[in-house]
Amino acid sequence: MGKSDDLVVYDARLSSRFLLGTARYPSPAILAEAIRTAGAEIVTVSLRREAGGSRAGESFWRLIRELGVRVLPNTAGCRTAKEAVATAQMARELFGTSWIKLEVIGEEDTLQPDVFGLVEAARILSDDGFCVFPYTTEDLVVAERLLDAGCRVLMPWAAPIGSGRGINNLFGLRALRAHFPDTPLIVDAGLGAPSQAAAVMELGFDAALLNTAVARAGDPVAMARAFSLAIEAGRAAYLSGLMEPRDMAAPSTPVLGRAFGDGFEA
Amino acid sequence: MERLIEELGFSEQTVATAVNQEFVRSKDRGETLLVEDDTVEIVTPRQGG
Repeated sequence: MGKSDDLVVYDARLSSRFLLGTARYPSPAILAEAIRTAGAEIVTVSLRREAGGSRAGESFWRLIRELGVRVLPNTAGCRTAKEAVATAQMARELFGTSWIKLEVIGEEDTLQPDVFGLVEAARILSDDGFCVFPYTTEDLVVAERLLDAGCRVLMPWAAPIGSGRGINNLFGLRALRAHFPDTPLIVDAGLGAPSQAAAVMELGFDAALLNTAVARAGDPVAMARAFSLAIEAGRAAYLSGLMEPRDMAAPSTPVLGRAFGDGFEA
Repeated sequence: MERLIEELGFSEQTVATAVNQEFVRSKDRGETLLVEDDTVEIVTPRQGG
């Protein structure tokens, strides 16, 4: 696909529709190779406490900078709007970007977003000049509120983070896509297999963000390639116009003129 | 705040800070006074999903 299919998100024009997380890889070298193989132009990062003098964070940040990719810091682990806002502000200073993947977690078992805190934090951060990428559910009303709050992109889940379940609510995701045809929608979380990533792209979603399925694969670099191919295939299929399923068979080979068919009367 | 960062061995590192869940900008650390029971966050870049 050429440049005409670039994805525009805030101030960025992207040719890759594969966003990749940077956590849980076997080694920094494998992480770097997975990012290169994926062709990802955006990777997610985070911030955490660290013992003074440890320098682990410093070396990770150097590795990412050397790859030349754009970073999307997250507010993972935050449970209130206040925590998320402070984390976003720290991330902006630390990573030098106003992009923020906004997560406000409301429930431990599913890591489901607290959508009330999410909207509250999204408004505060948007007003403060952030480009907010909200991690949300497929709820249409919440999506509307997030756009009202200043978000210009939405990141609905497919399934709970790290579950690898694929699309949990097909109807909900379809409705979201149909309801917001002009808003960039990036499916974030719950994708476990390349076929699932292809499926969300075939639905018309603009991009996919995943981490665990690649990082914890037996061969993360090969899996990054598999997802990359699937995302590209799903996008191409969506743009090509998928056929509508039907209940009954329809012969693909022309029936007219078949041998042993209804012949001519002598 | 600045002194705390030095004492904890962070002075050579890229860190971001908060006190009591309020962000403290790098340039404001020298003038940020800490009192008893303040909760201080000092964070560095990390892998994330």
